[in-house]
Amino acid sequence: MSLDWLFIGTILVVGAGMAALPIALNMIIGPRKPNKIKSETYECGIETVGEAWVQIKGQYYIFGLIFLIFDIEAVFMFPWAVAYDRLQFYMVLEGVLFILILAGGLVYAWRKGALEWV
Amino acid sequence: MSDPFTTIDQFIKNLLIGLGLEAEVTEVALNIVGAVVLGLLVGATAIILIWAERKLVARIQDRLGPNRVGPYGILQTIADGLKLVTKEVLIPQGADRYVFIMAPLIVVTGVIGIWAVMPLAPGLIGSDINVGLLYVIAVGAIGTLGIMMAGMSSNNKYALLGAFRTVAQMLSYTVPMILALLIPVMLAGSMGMSTIVEAQGSAWFIVLAPLAAIIFFISSIAEVGRAPFDLLEAESEIVAGFHIEYSGIAFGMFFVGEFIHAFTIAALFSVIFLGGWQGPAVESFPLLGLFYFILKTWFMYFVVIWVRSTLPRIRIDQINAFNWKFMTPLALVVFMVTAILDKLAVEAGFNRAAVLLAANAIIVLGTLFLLRAYATSQRRRLEVTERPQVQRSEAASD
Amino acid sequence: MTGPQIIFLAAAAVTLIAAIMVVTVPRLVHAGLWLILSLAGIAVLFIMLDNGFLAVVQVAIYIDAIAILIILAMMLTRAAMSDTEPQINRMWLASAFASLIIMAGLLWIVSQAPAASRGPLVDAEVGLDALGRALVDVDGFILPFEIASVLLVAALVGAILVAMTPARGD
Repeated sequence: MSLDWLFIGTILVVGAGMAALPIALNMIIGPRKPNKIKSETYECGIETVGEAWVQIKGQYYIFGLIFLIFDIEAVFMFPWAVAYDRLQFYMVLEGVLFILILAGGLVYAWRKGALEWV
Repeated sequence: MSDPFTTIDQFIKNLLIGLGLEAEVTEVALNIVGAVVLGLLVGATAIILIWAERKLVARIQDRLGPNRVGPYGILQTIADGLKLVTKEVLIPQGADRYVFIMAPLIVVTGVIGIWAVMPLAPGLIGSDINVGLLYVIAVGAIGTLGIMMAGMSSNNKYALLGAFRTVAQMLSYTVPMILALLIPVMLAGSMGMSTIVEAQGSAWFIVLAPLAAIIFFISSIAEVGRAPFDLLEAESEIVAGFHIEYSGIAFGMFFVGEFIHAFTIAALFSVIFLGGWQGPAVESFPLLGLFYFILKTWFMYFVVIWVRSTLPRIRIDQINAFNWKFMTPLALVVFMVTAILDKLAVEAGFNRAAVLLAANAIIVLGTLFLLRAYATSQRRRLEVTERPQVQRSEAASD
Repeated sequence: MTGPQIIFLAAAAVTLIAAIMVVTVPRLVHAGLWLILSLAGIAVLFIMLDNGFLAVVQVAIYIDAIAILIILAMMLTRAAMSDTEPQINRMWLASAFASLIIMAGLLWIVSQAPAASRGPLVDAEVGLDALGRALVDVDGFILPFEIASVLLVAALVGAILVAMTPARGD
């Protein structure tokens, strides 16, 4: 394990600590007098109606999935981009083909109306 | 080359070893101390950031902004912070207590983590890992998780809707961002952040890949959730979005996270596309590099605020369409054209910059032509149907 | 004990405890969050193996994308926030048996691995470049590389077909 990652680990802990410290301080010196009316959840000027848990649409899942696909694409394409200068022309075309196939998937989603906001 | 940072590093190391510490322990200790100092510095920057942004937005809106606490109101943020700490943090009934408190921590952690790989000056970088850019994408997206946690744990419909919108928006805009970031990696031949800066010695990447730079800038503004993309917290629609139930300093931490994130994307833009610490005479005076980096970052931060205070918020379906039907296809085209033409240009011995600039210009012209054609057809369609189309009722889950 | 050993033990413990929590906590959403912690622990283990690329990929793919996708899938259900469902159903014995078999298989594979692959991995900078070239080299992994792209598109098409069926009234 290299020191570089130690640095990253430390800064992540520092980041969390920097947010946790004021909140912890607040727990000590801040007032804490909860009552039933105060801790009710907000809803436009009326008492909360029904459960807060609303079921989402499949739409969101599709956006998540497209993101996942392009995220995986990044894992393949970033090493390719690192090696770009030393690639031959046909190798570059293969990388472009990879993206082109994904673009085809995007076009399909578009034509099917999966990219519309509903 | 006299590099002040390496010199200082060596000096402290020798001092500690001279005091009887083992060399290995010294290295570990220095790394930890460095990380703590960098993290605290970035956190402390938030104090100035919030003041600067409030002042600037006020000036753009013809107001004075904070001007009571300290000279020019510069201590306003500290006063606000003290106030927030002494206020009650309400945890709504039915909320998921631990997840509720954890959410702001994760948002702030994800943002500050990015600074670990930020090259501040020649030889001054927290951790020069060779996967720097991928690390930025990975850690930067963790904030999404924090916002999701906040929305899910609040036991509030608006919070949940805000969290859903976050998912749709932040995840969507990461797609063109990844595609745009492939281009600087291609040009630099590395994902290491300091290598990317060093590769911009002759020409900044904004010259070689202006479209990629613009795509990255827009998508990262969307990632932060800044206006015009602040749909996560559209007051007129979902009250305050995911942080509606947060109060006191717990809310303040989201605020701090957002401001540091905006500053971070400004810094990332200046590192990846504006040459980071590159500038005149930086070889002989490495300390100038730090100055250039800070200057560029603050300039980009100014642009972010400028955009924020100029453009109105757009609708959620427009945001969605803008990403999937404009940004992503454009990013795909830009990537493919750059990849092919750059290779051809190098093999044929043409000037890389000239070829890439010409390609970008042609893509811009083509895009403008297509947009114009689309707008014309839309206008014609509206003229034929006498009345505007009946608006669809908003669905229950937004 | 040295520093790396302590970090390894801590990361392994976090990974395992979080994994156990995933299958035992009553709330579906909590299970998803524990899963994220477990995946983060695995990322630390990749770092211990000196492979920063895989660690970052672990965070980018599993935590940023797949875990969020899993949480989204939970949100598609109605009962994500309630914790009424019992944690153990009548199939627990069979599934415990199945996971034991899988674990034995994995242990066997690891023990069969040639000794050379157990040492430190190749120099990371060279590795990334070599990986990029191997992906598009005709003597390398060109076919799996392109098929991966087709596979991703197939996943997208499948999800759209399932989610966009007109049978859904809304």
